[in-house]
Amino acid sequence: MTVTEEAPGHVGSRRLRKEDPALLTGEAKFIDDLALPGAIWVGVVRSTEAHAHIVGIDGSAALAIDGVNEVLSGEDLAPLWGEGALPCAWPVTPDMKSPAHLPVARGTAKYVGDAVAVVLADSRYAAADGAAAVVVDYEPLPAVVEIEDAVADGAPLVHADLDSNECYTWGLWGDNAPAIDAAFAEAAHVVSERYLQQRLIPAPMEPRGCAAVPSPAGGELTLYSATQIPHILKVMTAVVLGIGENKLRVVAPSVGGGFGCKLNVYAEEILCSALAMQRGAPVRWTEGRAEAAVSTIQGRGQVQHIELAADADGKVTAVRVKLLADMGAYLQLVTPGVPLLGGFLYHGCYDIPNYMFECTSVFTNRTPTDAYRGAGRPEATYAVERAMDSLAVSVGVSPEEIRARNFIGADAFPYESAAGLIFDSGDYQAVLDKAVALADVDGRRAEQAQRRASGSSKRIGVGFSSYVEMCGLAPSRVLASLDYGAGGWEAATVRISPTCKVQVVTGSTPHGQGHETCWSMIVADQLGVDPDDVEVLHSDTAVSPTGLDTYGSRSLAVGGTAVYMATEKVIDKARAIAAHQLEASEDDLEFSGGVFRVRGTPDAEVPLAGIAFAAFTAHDLPDGMEPNLEAHVTYDPPNFTFPNGTHIAVVEVDTDTGNVDLVDYVAVDDCGVQINPLVVEGQVHGGILQGAAQALYEDAVYNSDGQLVSANLADYLVPSAAEAPRFRLDSHATPSPTNPMGVKGVGEAGTIAAAPAVINAVVDALRDLGVTDVDMPASPQTVWKAIADAQGGAS
Amino acid sequence: MIPAAFDYEVAESADHAIALLAEHGDDAKLLAGGHSLIPMMRYRLATPSVLVDVGRLDGLRYIRTGNGTVSIGALTRHSELEHSAELAGACPMLASVAALVGDPAVRHRGTLGGTLAHADPASDLPAAVLALGGTIVAQGPGGSREIAAADFFTGYFESVLAADEMITEVRVPAGGGGWNYQKFNRRAQDWAIVGVAVAGGGSGVSLVNMGSTPIRASGVEAAVAGGASAAEAAAVAADGLEPPDDLNADAEYRGHLARVLTERALNAAGVA
Ligand SMILES: Cc1cc2nc3c(=O)[nH]c(=O)nc-3n(C[C@H](O)[C@H](O)[C@H](O)COP(=O)(O)OP(=O)(O)OC[C@H]3O[C@@H](n4cnc5c(N)ncnc54)[C@H](O)[C@@H]3O)c2cc1C
Repeated sequence: MTVTEEAPGHVGSRRLRKEDPALLTGEAKFIDDLALPGAIWVGVVRSTEAHAHIVGIDGSAALAIDGVNEVLSGEDLAPLWGEGALPCAWPVTPDMKSPAHLPVARGTAKYVGDAVAVVLADSRYAAADGAAAVVVDYEPLPAVVEIEDAVADGAPLVHADLDSNECYTWGLWGDNAPAIDAAFAEAAHVVSERYLQQRLIPAPMEPRGCAAVPSPAGGELTLYSATQIPHILKVMTAVVLGIGENKLRVVAPSVGGGFGCKLNVYAEEILCSALAMQRGAPVRWTEGRAEAAVSTIQGRGQVQHIELAADADGKVTAVRVKLLADMGAYLQLVTPGVPLLGGFLYHGCYDIPNYMFECTSVFTNRTPTDAYRGAGRPEATYAVERAMDSLAVSVGVSPEEIRARNFIGADAFPYESAAGLIFDSGDYQAVLDKAVALADVDGRRAEQAQRRASGSSKRIGVGFSSYVEMCGLAPSRVLASLDYGAGGWEAATVRISPTCKVQVVTGSTPHGQGHETCWSMIVADQLGVDPDDVEVLHSDTAVSPTGLDTYGSRSLAVGGTAVYMATEKVIDKARAIAAHQLEASEDDLEFSGGVFRVRGTPDAEVPLAGIAFAAFTAHDLPDGMEPNLEAHVTYDPPNFTFPNGTHIAVVEVDTDTGNVDLVDYVAVDDCGVQINPLVVEGQVHGGILQGAAQALYEDAVYNSDGQLVSANLADYLVPSAAEAPRFRLDSHATPSPTNPMGVKGVGEAGTIAAAPAVINAVVDALRDLGVTDVDMPASPQTVWKAIADAQGGAS
Repeated sequence: MIPAAFDYEVAESADHAIALLAEHGDDAKLLAGGHSLIPMMRYRLATPSVLVDVGRLDGLRYIRTGNGTVSIGALTRHSELEHSAELAGACPMLASVAALVGDPAVRHRGTLGGTLAHADPASDLPAAVLALGGTIVAQGPGGSREIAAADFFTGYFESVLAADEMITEVRVPAGGGGWNYQKFNRRAQDWAIVGVAVAGGGSGVSLVNMGSTPIRASGVEAAVAGGASAAEAAAVAADGLEPPDDLNADAEYRGHLARVLTERALNAAGVA
């Protein structure tokens, strides 16, 4: 970095977030805060059946309500979009089945929550009353609810026009099959496990919402949406509805979290846009919380089979994974690709020479799944980390020892994995050692032994999870090889104004992360200005026309790098002007603290402010140079980045009630260089709690009819601060050589690591009682029954 | 999550509230803290066409002790029970149960009268009032009557309270022996999956979320009175009950929890 040793700068400091005053004082404007006089409010009538023919839609009662103006069926709306309107951008195999997905269903409803009709009203209240009053006559059809039932013989078809419920099968093993078979044949230890990844409801603080505002005079449309991806949404909306991209602007106002569920192109966005164009009036929709449970994508939903082969010492020689993944009823934007994002990582952070991964994805009559914090990687980490603990038991060594025997060595980087990735940097053993010391694992084990010996009903368990993830999505050519429908670059523009204030335009789209704070700190250090003199613009395609948005822990490693590089370009131009002014050679100039100096000539210096003004007046610039200080960079990363870490959970399990208390949680992460440790810790805290939530609390429960039973926040248990463990964090940075700042990313790490650490701890607490597995979420009842089953086996 | 339309009236006094109830009949509902009623309205499980807001009747927010009785105004908030020094001295059990209701926001809105009238078998304070052998004072068009807590609850969200009656006061005996409350839930803000309240050194025992009302565990009480140990008495806690079956717990597990928690509560209340 440009930061010099003597001026440590802002990067690395715990600077408070710029974003927070507006958020905490209610000044920030979210989608539902938009005042749009005369807007048409949309209420969506959603299927109450998992699978049914729509026999009739009776809107008469709705139309009798004051303020309800129209009730429109899927048939009525079809002319707005024709066939197959909602996009899936990731056809992972050439023969993948991608059923036509209409914003409002015609003929058949395929999941509870599927839009079947629309009410147009004068207010949100009238829209809600109207939607509730529409009577839909359904003729129920057999529904496929559970994943394994979808591929059972004689399973009903989710899509009658397809010959099975299988969406695709995607594999990764090359010509390695014989070597894998041999590894298993020769293995001294074989572990074979089946794990369930329950479906999760993302539940960001702000549900979704959108508003489409037309300009009838010029034919332009502005689409406001609580989205993570205004840029991608713009391209997709333009293509789906045939609107010229030059006529379309997409704005994401303040967005209250996404966790992946706002990385999508949704029915309501297309619906409001199409209606606004047709009616020449603003059309808007705000999602309700209970509605969100079924109308927004869900996460996870996999049945995992993992096998490890190991030699007598526990050195793993092969891993073989078969997944069944639940797509839900339709494919949303990247639904099919999510299991693949984990598909490269089922060997975890271990040096395993033989690798086989196969995923069969299936349709079910449930809400579509898609990316949810970690997207594929939490699932992979869960499977391999749980299986490693089973292997440790089989070999007769501790969890930390089995990991130590298998880690990719610190000297092995860049490391080419059996799955074909090049891992950038890391020192996994050092990270684990730090975590073991911090968690006082020996002390906890002594306590565990003492409690067991005394017959206490309060058992202690210590659980490990060592993870590596791929983030910084993504090198565009790698995405091409995975048949993803876009690139993975990010864009940035940096401008210095006449008074030396800095404007950064980023293509990355924050929705809670802290981009404004972090980008300001990076640029402030590079330019020697105050972070408060840097403004960061984003999330509006009119302001930031080029970008690929925020997901996959990519913002810093890709978007932040683009900002860094654009700033370097600006400095290069400023240097040329400085050299011109100081009549020196550029090579003789040094730049620090916002001042160019001629090396060895004490008084020969010019501040950036002077150069900014000179660039603006353009009175005396080097021959041929354009005025103004401004640069644009589009950065396509040469590789992913590979954050890693070891998390240790300590639980106390009450064997009388099955209750699990998370009494301590230690996380040592290597996310590369940290721009702002405060922001990093916020991401890690939230991430861990979200991962622990999968382990202990959250479960999208469907009954056999395909009804979501846990559709509200009293039944779907999102943990709060009161449930958070004591977080104790440390880090062990190995800068990534992939980008100039050495950053890796941290948005998903906590979520990726936490679930297996917690479940491994629960199983560790109960292993002497014969418990070898506990399904997620490990609710008190589930744990109590697991103990009873293990004990009952003996009696 | 948007309630159906309703009209809104502000009651100036208990009499006024009762008059408004009489005027609007079955379509009207009292609104106290709103933390049970409004969620039900948002789910459209309740669709009252008139809300009569009694939340501003500060004259019904009080805690008074005298003659061995603690009298509490119906509009007293859970947080006021939680933090009252007077209650901590006179009936610490009620204060400590109040502190376990929901989260701070819930406790600052929810009222004692509201939680009793709502008659949710999963609520904490009704079971506590039941174990304490409390009395509920209800005022109607014809005047006031006193109802023993043991006679008050009749079914899921149902009580003997008439549609035109309002709870004005709740009375519990002051002092009175060892007590304990065991609340078992998954998140701090949640209702009990099962709860057990023990008052009077085991002479009053009640169960939360083990049936359609808060339940007096008379078998446990009798066993304690007959000199049984805590473990022996707790063993009968779920006998004859039909606890609900939901995502958190099936009936078998609820029965098990009732026994475990009853033993713990009895022990903590000083029953060996
Ligand atoms: C997130 C959340 C968590 C909660 N957690 C818990 C918990 O852990 N334990 C628990 O016990 N409760 C819990 N509650 C419920 C809370 O305690 C409620 O406030 C309480 O149950 C009802 O009191 P209220 O004053 O809010 O009543 P309201 O909601 O205003 O009214 C409830 C019902 O009682 C009637 N009513 C109100 N006052 C009177 C009166 N004086 N006379 C006659 N009828 C009246 C109303 O007409 C209505 O039918 C929770 C609530 C929420 C929202």
